[in-house]
Amino acid sequence: MAYAEKARSHYSNELTLIKEAGLFKEERYIKSPQMAKIKVEFPAGAPSKEVLNFCANNYLGLSSHPEVVEAAHKGLDSHGYGMSSVRFICGTQDIHRELEAKLSEFLETEDTVLFPSCMEANAGLFEVSLDKDDAMISDRLVHASIVDGMRLSKAQLYNYKHLNMDHLEEKLQETQSCRLRMIITDGVFSMDGDIAPLEKICDLADKYDAMVTVDDSHSTGFLGKHGKGTHEHCGVLGRIDAITTTLGKALGGAAGGCISGRKEIVELCRQRARPYLFSNTVPPVVIAASIKVIELISKSTDRRNKLEENTKYFREKMTQAGLDIRPGVHPIVPVMLYNAKLAQNVARDLYEEGIYAVGFFFPVVPQGQARIRIQISADHEREHLDKAVAAFTKVGGKYNILGKKKDEVIALYGM
Amino acid sequence: MTEDAKKLIIEYVKKEYLDEDSDQVVTEDTKLISSGIVDSFSMVSLKMFLEKKFKIKIPDEKATPEAFDSVNDIVTLLREFTPL
Repeated sequence: MAYAEKARSHYSNELTLIKEAGLFKEERYIKSPQMAKIKVEFPAGAPSKEVLNFCANNYLGLSSHPEVVEAAHKGLDSHGYGMSSVRFICGTQDIHRELEAKLSEFLETEDTVLFPSCMEANAGLFEVSLDKDDAMISDRLVHASIVDGMRLSKAQLYNYKHLNMDHLEEKLQETQSCRLRMIITDGVFSMDGDIAPLEKICDLADKYDAMVTVDDSHSTGFLGKHGKGTHEHCGVLGRIDAITTTLGKALGGAAGGCISGRKEIVELCRQRARPYLFSNTVPPVVIAASIKVIELISKSTDRRNKLEENTKYFREKMTQAGLDIRPGVHPIVPVMLYNAKLAQNVARDLYEEGIYAVGFFFPVVPQGQARIRIQISADHEREHLDKAVAAFTKVGGKYNILGKKKDEVIALYGM
Repeated sequence: MTEDAKKLIIEYVKKEYLDEDSDQVVTEDTKLISSGIVDSFSMVSLKMFLEKKFKIKIPDEKATPEAFDSVNDIVTLLREFTPL
């Protein structure tokens, strides 16, 4: 047998190491559509429990929106289930090109190419657009998919301290002799919800003749006055050379991603990006629903506005209740607990109170910065937010952390 | 010479990886990678700095997180390529 005892024991040992390091991830089974209130079976075999979901990327509450679901049904009827092809053989339908055009219009870019996911968009972009004579200069906290994408490129890799524009400028000065240079950042960083200073980044790019790429997965659809994303929020529409983003978060949350930006970069990705060339086309049903999503958010900013109000309300109430949250305006609200065990305990107790949220700790976030990441949605009603604040207040009281500063929490629980 | 090299690397680590207001102390024994001061992704700057400063080429297979985990570890690695 090819799968010998040697292999089985090797993999078992790896799994044991993951468990011993406290990094083993257990999946919870959700038995309802994705929305503010969900039914969860956890642990496996336990009776279903109804909880409020505060850890989905369902920022606009469109994942199970009736009009989106209806559009998906219609798309299934009109364009079928699968395409059994990559895009360039026989996998491009009229609606694929329609969605690409709608995304370009919404994001105010020159052109767009769809990918099966934003992970794959990031895996394709840098290898195609930059070569060994070029430089990639990235923020140190960019998403893992960008790190992987940059590793696939032959271009020289530089990185700068998180959000530190002086350090970025140093790197731009260091790389003056490179042929092409690309500054690479997340629009919004997923662990802290902090926003890249895109105006300053674009100014530096102009000064040093560099391009700018932004992964806007945690902003497309709701950041900025019309929800176009971080480039709208920061007032740099038209100045970003490549935006990578996802349809798998605010924009319906099913699947798919894209690269949207300068038409030559987009076309080159269509011609050469390996994850695009060798992956199946995005299913028609997802495309049809995504077209509806773009229509909905182009027509009205109501959901984006509600998300903004919800975020403001929740942040204010949590601060008043004495929880230590990272300041900001983004619906990602990190509730700082600093200690990994404490973060796990608080998440478990919140679940008992009917609030589904997850603790994050090293190595996902730096040592001593454990937190619970709350994600607000336009699907949340005021009563849901109040219930979450009440649960945090109760659990925070149990662990005696309300009103405590960082040093005081660390003094109680360690880092 | 070795002491000069250590001092140089410590200064670089502080400037390149720590915020100006950081109270983190860096000595020749301080764990850099396993403590999270330098993550494996950011290690590339350190490798490039060493290669430029000491006029050497460190092969990728030698530039492991373990070999870069403290200033002392780095100096041990450097000795394979240059007399310090």
